[in-house]
Amino acid sequence: MVGKSEPLNGTATAKTGQSPSPSPPPATPMSDLLGNFSFKTLKLKTKQQELLIRVSILCLVYVLAFITRLFSVLRYESMIHEFDPYFNYRTTLYLTEKGFYEFWNWFDSESWYPLGRIIGGTLYPGLMVTAAIIYWALRFLSFAVHIREVCVLTAPFFASNTTIVAYFFGKEIWDTGAGLVAAALIAICPGYISRSVAGSYDNEGVAIFALLLTFYLFVKAVNTGSLAWALGSALGYFYMVSAWGGYIFIINLIPLYVLVLLITGRYSMRLYVAYNCTYILGMLLAMQIRFVGFQHVQSGEHMAAMGVFFLMQVFYFLDYVKHLLSDSKMFQAFLRITVTCAVAVGGVALGVGTASGYISPWTGRFYSLLDPTYAKDHIPIIASVSEHQPTAWSSFMFDFHILLFLFPAGLYFCFKRLSDATIFIVMYGLTSMYFAGVMVRLILVATPAVCLISAIAVSATIKNLTQLARAKDKVSQTGSAKGASSTKGSSKGSIDQSQPFQRNGAFALLFGAFYLLSKYATHCTWVTSEAYSSPSIVLAARGAHGNRVIFDDYREAYFWLRQNTPPDAKVMSWWDYGYQITAMGNRTVIVDNNTWNNTHIATVGRAMSSYEDEAYDIMRSLDVDYVLVVFGGVTGYSSDDINKFLWMVRIGGGVFPVIKEPDYLVNGEYRVDKGAAPKMLNCLMYKLSYYRFGEMTTEYGKPPGYDRARGVEIGNKDIKLEYLEEAFTTSNWIVRIYKVKPPNNRW
Amino acid sequence: MSKLLGVLAFLTLTLTLTLPFLAHSFSPDHPTDRRVLVLLDDLAVKSSHSLFFKSLQSRGFELDFKLADDPKISLQRYGLYSYDALILFSPSVDRFGGSIDLAAILDFVDSGHDLIIAADTNASDLIRQIAVECGVDFDEDPGAMVIDHTSYAVSDTEGDHTVIASDDFIKSDVILGSEKIEAPVLFQGIGHAVNSENSLVLKVLSASPSAYSANPKSKLSNPPSLTGSAISLVSVVQARNNARVLISGSLSLFSDRFFRSKVQKAGSSKKHEKSSNEQFLTELSKWVFHERGHLKAVNVKHNRVGEADEPAMYRINDDLQYSVEIYEWHGQRWEPYVADDVQVQFYMMSPYVLKTLSTDQKGRYFTDFKVPDVYGVFQFKVEYQRLGYTSLSLSKQIPVRPFRHNEYERFIPAAYPYYGAAFSMMTGFFVFTVVHLYNK
Repeated sequence: MVGKSEPLNGTATAKTGQSPSPSPPPATPMSDLLGNFSFKTLKLKTKQQELLIRVSILCLVYVLAFITRLFSVLRYESMIHEFDPYFNYRTTLYLTEKGFYEFWNWFDSESWYPLGRIIGGTLYPGLMVTAAIIYWALRFLSFAVHIREVCVLTAPFFASNTTIVAYFFGKEIWDTGAGLVAAALIAICPGYISRSVAGSYDNEGVAIFALLLTFYLFVKAVNTGSLAWALGSALGYFYMVSAWGGYIFIINLIPLYVLVLLITGRYSMRLYVAYNCTYILGMLLAMQIRFVGFQHVQSGEHMAAMGVFFLMQVFYFLDYVKHLLSDSKMFQAFLRITVTCAVAVGGVALGVGTASGYISPWTGRFYSLLDPTYAKDHIPIIASVSEHQPTAWSSFMFDFHILLFLFPAGLYFCFKRLSDATIFIVMYGLTSMYFAGVMVRLILVATPAVCLISAIAVSATIKNLTQLARAKDKVSQTGSAKGASSTKGSSKGSIDQSQPFQRNGAFALLFGAFYLLSKYATHCTWVTSEAYSSPSIVLAARGAHGNRVIFDDYREAYFWLRQNTPPDAKVMSWWDYGYQITAMGNRTVIVDNNTWNNTHIATVGRAMSSYEDEAYDIMRSLDVDYVLVVFGGVTGYSSDDINKFLWMVRIGGGVFPVIKEPDYLVNGEYRVDKGAAPKMLNCLMYKLSYYRFGEMTTEYGKPPGYDRARGVEIGNKDIKLEYLEEAFTTSNWIVRIYKVKPPNNRW
Repeated sequence: MSKLLGVLAFLTLTLTLTLPFLAHSFSPDHPTDRRVLVLLDDLAVKSSHSLFFKSLQSRGFELDFKLADDPKISLQRYGLYSYDALILFSPSVDRFGGSIDLAAILDFVDSGHDLIIAADTNASDLIRQIAVECGVDFDEDPGAMVIDHTSYAVSDTEGDHTVIASDDFIKSDVILGSEKIEAPVLFQGIGHAVNSENSLVLKVLSASPSAYSANPKSKLSNPPSLTGSAISLVSVVQARNNARVLISGSLSLFSDRFFRSKVQKAGSSKKHEKSSNEQFLTELSKWVFHERGHLKAVNVKHNRVGEADEPAMYRINDDLQYSVEIYEWHGQRWEPYVADDVQVQFYMMSPYVLKTLSTDQKGRYFTDFKVPDVYGVFQFKVEYQRLGYTSLSLSKQIPVRPFRHNEYERFIPAAYPYYGAAFSMMTGFFVFTVVHLYNK
């Protein structure tokens, strides 16, 4: 608890954007410590020394977790990244301006024209409310910050808090040493940083904190059997539900864990108290979130938790009966009957509930989590998102580095010292690793587990090695500072195997471990600065002379929209850019990143993949005034609309069978050059992307109309637009905006 | 506040968008005072067609006669149009003088001005091209005329039956006036067909089923391309911006000679003292120059029942009132437009509510209805398109939101068992605790 209060002070300093250094209280002993580097002069007892080191390490880790996420701010500027964060930013702005009730009841008529979207009922408000509370608190303390700064720094702040939780979690499942290592590992783990750099103002930023907190408190509740911890776990779960749809992982993992404990005969009163309290209170609290509502009692995804809840009651009842019945034979018979009946009743209830429609079946998203191939066949809109793709091996390596090898080692240690807590972390690790393999973005969920399990491996190994190293050296009391962090459990003092070079071997291995860990730190810093700190709304490239070239075309286009179009203009674009257009361009969009209405998105996909005259009818029926396309042919920016186009065709064709994917392919190959399919060369997306491009020379020594993103000369250079006219093209042609002409006056 | 501003901005925008439709080339208050440019092949036309011009001048039009190849003519000065309407009585002109060309004339129409074109046999490509752009195709044979061997105008000399006495008018009091046209109209010239793809062009005067279009001087070797009542003699176009265009295949239709001529249709014993050309063209020119059949809609208002102010947003199931005032221009002043078929739609991708508006006979149209139980961005739409009248196309966007969290009914009878269960549970728990703790 001592360690917890001090880092909070440290956060307040860091939050305000001033020099992120530890706050005065821990700094004073630190400076003493540096002045005359010896514990003896401080006259502290071993326990106090250990506490001091632990607290200092935690403070440093806390600060490190924050500042390592500031690369993006230093490289670019304090801005919101990517797509979804813009929606979160817009809603937070609305929340701080209009207050909570307006936010809660916000009907947004600017997105999903003409359907509109009930914002309050279709989002997880946790992130916005958190940011708003931080903002109001800072305002109350007379820090005149802009809400954008708060939003930009929310994710790093919560990443720092996560390290504290990781420490306590590690302490709970193993020992303080493992806790410290876990905190240090998770502070810089790329898998987590990818979603929590400054500016990445997304639900995941706070949700991982909530996820780990819930798990930690639940394990604590199971270990202690205390109602208070269980209540804390329920509250943590409530925060998680309010913040991210990933809460579904908690509500399934915890019952699974309880079930495993029940099967392995680890049922206890502690477990009963912890689970029942967490489940009931957590469920009631979660129902207060509008977006979740009655799903806890009505949706198939939540039924496992309810089933386990009833199973717990059966177990409790059996325990009671066992207590009453002295005859074990009678109890066995009773047990058989009761369990059979309970399972049968549960099965019938589930069957009736599903058949009557009271319990909704599993959603496609849930299926696609369990089965990696499901989305590809059934839900193109999920499969089209790059972060929903199955994970490549390289990205595991990229995001976990040495943790990938330490993870199995940690599992080994967990199995060696099996307890309720280690069973939990093993299950968390294994399930989340499976999901991380199914979808790239779920590496994030696996990261805390991987860090914790690896921390156990690191901590246990180093502890053993240091013991070996110190074994023959017992006389000399030169305890290394590193060893001090794990001096607590020195029960295994008996080193009697007199293997040759044992001590030297231990030193070599220790050195190897530190080498690996320092490599991990280098790798993490490099990945953070190179790969995960790009805002993706501003693009950077290297020029011919090695200088940095910044493409700020997106913001240029959105500001053009804001300044030059009528306030009620409707902009049609592919859904990726919807949030940004509403947040930055302040214009109504047809579809956006909240992909709740597949038909509406398919209509836009159909318009983009039709001929111009057919598309015109669709656009007229949706009152579209402007069409926005993203085009990378000039700059070589590869994630543009032409490369996304096949998904538009697939999603459009999924609802409107007139759109057929083979029409756009030649022998199953997607091309834009002369050999492309005729429909491809004349569809709206092609025309809008390549309009006037045929007369442009993009690269020296190449013919005009050479598309640098795809490395080919385009096939249709003479594009005439009949129903649309070019309204604006940004300086690097990345965003092109077209105006839909009114119908012909005399026809 | 910002929402209110948004709505205000939207209203202004709607008005600015609809204004050009309501009142384009002239001031909405007094549209009669108009300047008309008349382009002639030959200044002799000015006297040979003086009756038509006089009728225009007597109605207050300022006619500016110019030769079509006059190098000084121009429609615009400093970006503003100097004329409100254009009469092209120059069927044979190949190139206009000054800055006028095909594009200039089409721009003139597209910016809401009116146009009368009189073609004739041997009409130039330029005139044909203008007509094509307005949805009318003249017979491609330059020497072709409309010939009718059964309903020609009987004359003293047995001619080639190219002077046609036609009485197949469009049935519209708005376009041709309420007074019935008794006598046939004399026509001599080229026929045209209406492009079937163009939905805006109307045949005002059609040829009889026995007519055909051919060169009367040469022998008919091929079947004529235009026959029967597909031939239109006089057509009008009302463009989407309510600019009106009159296209006639005959310049002599407007001539004093035909205005004064006696007429007897072949096969009919009835002799008319005077052809109806004058009446027909006077009434038609009144329509083309917006002296008739011009509607305006003003004061679009909507509000909740019992409130006066226009809300920025409705809630589902709100009761609302909608009203609009529609006036018709009667040459001198705006008078209330009376009809029983004006409808309003409450529209979001498809009409959710479609109601006929009641009228107080003083121009005000109103109705009230309940907002459907669907949220979204709706539009109040009035699409009033009647033959001859300018089209009224009003749309006004209004979002409809769902209930707020505190707008649902608080205590519903169906929930009382649940309230009962909750409270009995609480009491039971309390009693149980007391008994359990203190009753050993």
